Amino acid sequence: MIQAEWLYWLVGALFLAVAAQMATDRSNPKRFGSAAFWGLLGLSFVYGTWVARKTAPAAPLGAAVLIMIVLAGCGFTGRGAPRTPSPEQRTASAARLGNRLFIPALTIPLVAVVCSTLAKHWRIGGRPLLQTGSETIVGLGLGALIALAVALLLMRERNPNVALHAGRGLLESIGWALLLPQLLSVLGSIFQVAGVGTQVGKLTTHILPGDNKYLAVVLYCVGMALFTVIMGNAFAAFPVMTAAIGWPILVTQLHGDPAVVLAVGMLAGFCGTLVTPMAANFNLVPAALLELKDQYGPIKAQIPTAGALLVCNIAIIAFFAF
Amino acid sequence: MIVLFGILVVVAGFATRRNPLLIVGIAGVVTGLLGGLTPMKVLAAFGTGFAASRSVTIFVIVVPIIGLLEHGGLQEQARTLIGKLGALSAGRLLVIYLILRQLSAALGLTGLGGPAQAVRPMVVPMAEAAVERKHGTLSERARERVRSYAASADTVGLFFGEDCFLAVGSVLLITGFANATYHTHLEPTQLALWAIPTAACATLIHGAQLLRLDRSLDSLAAQASLERGLPAAVGRRTAKADHNPAQEAK
Repeated sequence: MIQAEWLYWLVGALFLAVAAQMATDRSNPKRFGSAAFWGLLGLSFVYGTWVARKTAPAAPLGAAVLIMIVLAGCGFTGRGAPRTPSPEQRTASAARLGNRLFIPALTIPLVAVVCSTLAKHWRIGGRPLLQTGSETIVGLGLGALIALAVALLLMRERNPNVALHAGRGLLESIGWALLLPQLLSVLGSIFQVAGVGTQVGKLTTHILPGDNKYLAVVLYCVGMALFTVIMGNAFAAFPVMTAAIGWPILVTQLHGDPAVVLAVGMLAGFCGTLVTPMAANFNLVPAALLELKDQYGPIKAQIPTAGALLVCNIAIIAFFAF
Repeated sequence: MIVLFGILVVVAGFATRRNPLLIVGIAGVVTGLLGGLTPMKVLAAFGTGFAASRSVTIFVIVVPIIGLLEHGGLQEQARTLIGKLGALSAGRLLVIYLILRQLSAALGLTGLGGPAQAVRPMVVPMAEAAVERKHGTLSERARERVRSYAASADTVGLFFGEDCFLAVGSVLLITGFANATYHTHLEPTQLALWAIPTAACATLIHGAQLLRLDRSLDSLAAQASLERGLPAAVGRRTAKADHNPAQEAK
């Protein structure tokens, strides 16, 4: 059975290889800080396997995470001079390879989709081929490996190291933003343990007067959006706001249709995700990947849509739930 | 009540534009300690949280392939391809991508697309080529705007498409939470159905935004040629050369 953990090890190995390259890259003024950051990240990905299985203590991993935060957050990391072929070389190569260049790029999602739909049911000796529940992740990994092979063949490139070097350039341009989504998820779980959710629930019920259903709908939707902005994740805001307003007031007290209230309430949270830097994987990582100077560029493009959609969500609940 | 201090740390940190990694790290440590965890338990919470959330970072696995293909001229080829499609402006191209992304996500194919797999290697070069065909060269501001909107088309499409699909995380989270906590019988189908009105609004609203991009690019180009007093002639390469030092400074 192909396991998701193997893929995490592969990603860890990729980070370690990148770290080794960085340590020897003299064009990077902060090469040792950078190498330490990416090296620790690589080790954490591998060590995480046993933490997830609860067979290794989690505290050392936590310490490593804090060290990575300090390394990247206090400016001990940097990037080397990018080594890319000249525009002329790339144009010549594009002319030679033509649309075949798209084949490997499209292989990745194709394999991922096949794995998450068809290969899900394949069995070898009665056991599922892909780890149950992780088919898409495993599919992404398999897709990447197959695409790499296809790309190397197509470009008649014998040295896989070329891909590693190219990947390092991209990773250096993403930089610390790469770690933020995972950290937010950590913050969410710490908030949960420390009882932040219950406190927010109590506060909101205090604010809400009487039985005005439109006001309650507005509070629920705006609360979902605001709390999502703070937490960077609508999934973290949903249980809090639903326990505070959505269920006790909108469904139980005012007899709203729970399917409408909860489905659209979650979407109101997504409006918050569109406008918060805390949702780094959707907002900051694309900005870094696309080499934007203004890391808030995507957020600025999304603000009008988020505002208008929040109003739509409020209207949909108000009209259809009661 | 005092545990809410962590939220204040987050808000204050962003208001003063500190590094987000530091903000989140400090907010986590502060909240944990205020919530009565021992320092060892706080460390353990960071460790378990990190191990459990590794799947968020898994997209890194495609980065070497995309880098390799870019060395082979993937972006240039995407430009050439869109150069052949006559009437497609950047805004219209992005509207098509938005709708495709929504439809495929609604069918559960969330892996088709994404900033690393599709936007950087294919959508952005195509959109930029469409602008270049119309206005000649691309100013730094115009490039920033096109790329920001390309990222937004991907994100909005994904968010408001995937909830129409039954087996997606958020739908399962809603049914799981409500059925377990309130002993009710919500079906994923009902929830997916009620995601459709918002999805339709998202297509209309964000589609209109993307079409407005064309007009704002027109006025940017007009402004640029006025400022220079000549039909925009300063090339892409200068803009690109300016780019890297600025990124370092960040």
